[in-house]
Amino acid sequence: MSDFEPNIVCYVCKWCTYAGADLAGTSRLKHKPNTTNIRLMCSSRLSMEQILMSLREGADGVFVGGCHPGDCHYINGNYKTQNRITIMKRVLKELGIEPERLRLEWISANEGRRYIEIIDDFIEEIRTLGPLKLLSKENLIEKEVSING
Amino acid sequence: MKKMGLFICHCGTNIADTVDVEKLAKKFESYPGIVFSTNYKYMCSHPGQALIADAIKEHDLDGVIVAACSPTLHETTFRKLTRQSGVNPYQCEIANIREQCSWVHKDKEKATAKAEKIIQSIIEKVRLNEDLKPIEVDVTRKALVIGGGVAGIQAALDIADAGYPVLLVEKEPSIGGHMAQLSETFPTLDCSQCILTPKMVEATTHPNIELLAYSEVKSVDGYVGNFTVTIEEKATGINWDICTGCGQCSEVCPISVPSEFEKGLGNRPAIYTPFPQAVPNKPIIDLENCLKMKTGACGLCVRECEAGAINFNMEPTYREEEVGAIVVATGYELYPIMNLGEYGGGEIEDVIDGLAFERLLSSSGPTNGKIRRPSDGKLVKDIVFIQCAGSRDPEKHKPYCSRICCMYSTKQAMLYKHSVHDGQPYIFYIDIRSGGKGYEEFVERAQREDKVIYIRGKVSKLYRENRKVKIVGVDTIANKPIELEADLVVLAMAMVPTTGTEKLANVLKLQTDANGFLQEIHPKLRPLESTTAGFYLAGCSQSPKDIPDAVSQASGTAAKVVGLFSGEYLQLEPTIATVDEELCSGCGICISVCPYGAREMDIGEGIAKVNKALCVGCGACVAACPSGATDQKNFTDEQISSMARAILKGEKES
Repeated sequence: MSDFEPNIVCYVCKWCTYAGADLAGTSRLKHKPNTTNIRLMCSSRLSMEQILMSLREGADGVFVGGCHPGDCHYINGNYKTQNRITIMKRVLKELGIEPERLRLEWISANEGRRYIEIIDDFIEEIRTLGPLKLLSKENLIEKEVSING
Repeated sequence: MKKMGLFICHCGTNIADTVDVEKLAKKFESYPGIVFSTNYKYMCSHPGQALIADAIKEHDLDGVIVAACSPTLHETTFRKLTRQSGVNPYQCEIANIREQCSWVHKDKEKATAKAEKIIQSIIEKVRLNEDLKPIEVDVTRKALVIGGGVAGIQAALDIADAGYPVLLVEKEPSIGGHMAQLSETFPTLDCSQCILTPKMVEATTHPNIELLAYSEVKSVDGYVGNFTVTIEEKATGINWDICTGCGQCSEVCPISVPSEFEKGLGNRPAIYTPFPQAVPNKPIIDLENCLKMKTGACGLCVRECEAGAINFNMEPTYREEEVGAIVVATGYELYPIMNLGEYGGGEIEDVIDGLAFERLLSSSGPTNGKIRRPSDGKLVKDIVFIQCAGSRDPEKHKPYCSRICCMYSTKQAMLYKHSVHDGQPYIFYIDIRSGGKGYEEFVERAQREDKVIYIRGKVSKLYRENRKVKIVGVDTIANKPIELEADLVVLAMAMVPTTGTEKLANVLKLQTDANGFLQEIHPKLRPLESTTAGFYLAGCSQSPKDIPDAVSQASGTAAKVVGLFSGEYLQLEPTIATVDEELCSGCGICISVCPYGAREMDIGEGIAKVNKALCVGCGACVAACPSGATDQKNFTDEQISSMARAILKGEKES
């Protein structure tokens, strides 16, 4: 487990978190190289299906970054994201996936330091959880049975 | 199949030191769809761009990936180049391997592997990008300027002079801002009123400017080129249309309360104009202090007013206006002196802030230009100015430099000396910042001609002793403690955004920086534009600045606005939502999530359509659509999935 390197995909909004990540770079702050950003116009563009798709395609963790409450470039996109992520975490639990593998954070364009701190923290959290093992259909049914007695 | 070219930039050594660019360029030669892959020292340079242009022609490329710095910096550059080379600019994308790779990682091998993932994901995006054309919409050729200080006035005048109508909205009863309070201005010692009041008058008489004083912007809807704003005209208590501005009402008003304009050093009645040269020169009623409102007993002003303009029951009115561009020039205020308890702020009467001292210096001020201390009116013989009062103090107050204090304290010390020849001014400073035309010479003149004594060091304590103010500090050049007694202490308080800036920023949907100033979209290359299209920033709302800089920035925003108005159409980003009419069930969820009203139900067809001019391309409706009928141009579900796969696949194989 010690040589496990988490593979994390990050969906970040162009206005705040992506700009915060850029600021981390221009400030020459360092973070671990386990994450890669996909730039969306708004975090609210990310659908639940895409979160599932990411996990299915091999992500050990999915990070979503948006603007602070009240700061959304699109008025209230971040609130929609928050609702989706809250529901999605419950869905993940049902699927036998640790909800901690999905993390939502608000990082503004001037929070370069906060960006690297959060990213490094998330990487370590995923490292502790270990590689994602998706349950097969049979496993899921078994789990259901064991839970329900 | 799309023929894509990959161009990896070294950015000198910025990328190449941490990412093995040569290896990557070689490796991607065999990547599906890539027909040309290369690397170069500076892709954004003239030869770098020529290299891309040549490759587009030679290899007949229809997709371009530039792996370089953040798209924020050069996406526009390379898209323009792509367009000039005959390829649709939306087929060009940037892989950010500098800010988000080489600069945040150290290990070359790992950074190279990550750069590979970033590039792969962008290649996968470009593979599915479609040709797009900007959306053309009409522009309302009328500007709104919020804030009537010198910056707002300048912006309004410049736009109006170019021939476009301007609505100038000021929340105070008069325009003029803080500049109207100043005595004289550095480094020329021009009388502030003398250079400002003609501009104020011009702003109110200009045929293209409509001035709405004592008014506030309450809401803004729409988008660049097509805003609908609601403006509240606050209740003045006086019908300005028939008021002649004679001032008789103020003469008879029995109330006397501290004047905001005089920073509490002088008084005003309850029915008042803020200062004699106010524009518009019409009074308002301060309902909180009006005797008639409090007891119902007075009404002297009503009897005095021949025009019959006074109306205590006046209600605020609201009007809706269509504008195409908005200049925000809401200015600054001083950090409250009460916050500086360590310097006796708010406790010792003879410790005042810089603006209050301007009023003491002003010949039209409460002391008619005589420098008298507030506690007992005694002529000030020793005066101490303290710099960085609240500025450059990240632990307790504001971290930033307020930029103008070194200069205005120098000016104030000089003007003091010109008024009190046998007096002695001292200035405590951390270091003197006098960058600006004629500024250093001005400081030198203060020392040489006016014998202003500059003491480098911080003041640790201020207290009252024998009717004077005792100042205890350290002279860090002589390296010894210093104690002074002064009649008056002037604190060069930090400049902070005007109260209400944050609220207004929320109304306008603008971003603010860590210190509450309005955020520009790019600190160097686009300092005049806010992060939301159609909003421009002028003056101290964006950062502390002096008059020449505020005026320059204001003229700059005016040029931007005029530029926006001069085109036949306004071009908008085409990366908007689309609807697959076959799949849309007409459930209307998209309509409920769209905050711009860009999704609308076509009742006849039973499907939810997209208003191209209103859609801003956030993608919220795409993620919300339960039937997968909605997608976003060049941010399609398929693209996002293949980008994610490209990122995740690399790890799987290794």
